[in-house]
Amino acid sequence: MKEIVVISGKGGTGKTSLAASLAFLLGEEAVIADCDVDAADMHLLLSPDFGYSEDFYSGQMAIIDNEACTSCGLCIEKCRFDAIENEGSRYFIEPIDCEGCGYCARICPVDAISMKDQYAGQFFISDTRINNILVHAKLAAGAENSGKLVAKVKNEARNIAEQKNKKYIIADGSPGIGCPVISSLSGADFVIIVTEPSVSGIHDMKRVYELVRKFDIKASCIINKHDLNPEITARIMDFLESESIVHLCNIPYDDAFTDAIIRGQTIMENGHTVLVKMIEKAWNIVSTNIND
Amino acid sequence: MKIAIASGKGGTGKTTLATNLAAYLSEGRNIILADLDVEEPNSGLFIRAEKIFQETRYKMIPTWVENNCTFCGICQDVCNFNAVLNLGSQILIYPELCHSCYACSELCPTEALPMHKQRMGVLTHYKNGNIDFVESLLDIGQEQAVPLIDQTLKYIDKLEGDDNLVIIDSPPGTSCPVIEATKDADKVILITEPTPFGLHDLKLAVETMKKLNKDFVVVINRFGVGNAAVEGYCDKNDIRIITSISDSRQVAELYSKGELVYDKVAGFRKSLDSIREYILEN
Repeated sequence: MKEIVVISGKGGTGKTSLAASLAFLLGEEAVIADCDVDAADMHLLLSPDFGYSEDFYSGQMAIIDNEACTSCGLCIEKCRFDAIENEGSRYFIEPIDCEGCGYCARICPVDAISMKDQYAGQFFISDTRINNILVHAKLAAGAENSGKLVAKVKNEARNIAEQKNKKYIIADGSPGIGCPVISSLSGADFVIIVTEPSVSGIHDMKRVYELVRKFDIKASCIINKHDLNPEITARIMDFLESESIVHLCNIPYDDAFTDAIIRGQTIMENGHTVLVKMIEKAWNIVSTNIND
Repeated sequence: MKIAIASGKGGTGKTTLATNLAAYLSEGRNIILADLDVEEPNSGLFIRAEKIFQETRYKMIPTWVENNCTFCGICQDVCNFNAVLNLGSQILIYPELCHSCYACSELCPTEALPMHKQRMGVLTHYKNGNIDFVESLLDIGQEQAVPLIDQTLKYIDKLEGDDNLVIIDSPPGTSCPVIEATKDADKVILITEPTPFGLHDLKLAVETMKKLNKDFVVVINRFGVGNAAVEGYCDKNDIRIITSISDSRQVAELYSKGELVYDKVAGFRKSLDSIREYILEN
């Protein structure tokens, strides 16, 4: 079983559209993991049945019992996150600021502070309309994205892939280079970086590639909207060559991407032949590389 | 006053809006532009300004002093983030999991875990005319964006005068980095695109802003592509759309080159005028 992660650094370069296209191409051979739990969009293209769902709890928050509190102020003094405030003798936690470290609860001399587990979102396992299994999640509004929910999505995808003898896991990552991305890269076999030829696109892809290098995972790249700026496309191509990053394809700026999203379909179903051929060819390069 | 530009989905135009708005408004007043997307800050690619200050930023993590340690295990007990592990003959610390709460360090009975600085990124302050531009860049491999965002906001607070206007370019998403970047904002502008992805992630962003009790409005970017579902949703939920920016290949090309667009595309400037009105209203 091989695990392929699609990332970009910069948001909005086409990760989900391309990952969904691979999902279509691979059908029942693949388990799809939507690791962008912050803004998960894969389900909008794959019409999953949300067959299994469970609540996900992660992290804690402090609660002060004002009946027991003696207003000694030790908690305010110790809290590094300025999460405790008082109005006269009433002490309270500012939920947005509380990190859930539990220091206050531990040192309160009268045990007036307790820690409560935090609801962090929902986790799903679905069958999709194109015969994949989709493992996905929805982070609760404003919940902490420590990478734990991403790790759960990935681990569950691995378990399913192993049990059901699937050949591939396609993981759709989130933008950025922080915890969720690090969590989605851990244990992966191959990375597809989707970039665009803009000053931001190249800047962000270089940063995320540096992260990929730390994990020592083989990387490849798709340049989306390549005709938007031929000069930067050429610079990206040079960079790929100098770093031995596998170049998969250059995709033109095409309304077919937006049209497919509107219809809730993948490019493979709603794009024209040129795009479809291009993505098929890109996959062939990926599959040659991972099966080496 | 702080105005945050945010979005659920990435790539909807946060940086384009933040940089152009800052440059446009700076024609008549002082502006502080803060790029708080510390994982992938891009505003600096569009704002040309002179570096006037740069500083390495640190977070505090415990370091083990073997000679003082009795392996009592309190440090592991008190850490809610599994960042400290007592092996009986050694204490292991995982800096990437540490939230710098100081509990292990201060509750250690033998002072075996003093806190030390660990580098997490760099803050840079640039200036050009009326614009003060502050950005922070997270080191590659650092997992937590929030402490660096927090320090950057504190730096800005020191700059901010009474009548200053701060424009914040936020990270994408709806989780902790976005909360940190928007929690002090007086107004939040959510920028989206009229597609099912845009709508879905806008709904998440709206939920988050409601939870934070924010005054927020919506700007539709790339107007003309996609469908009318974002307008339908906003209408039904009494969410104000203050302006729509037409889809334009010219804007996309200027953006790709790192150029500002407001001085070249009249329609874009008109949208900025509507946003200015929103910022100025009480």
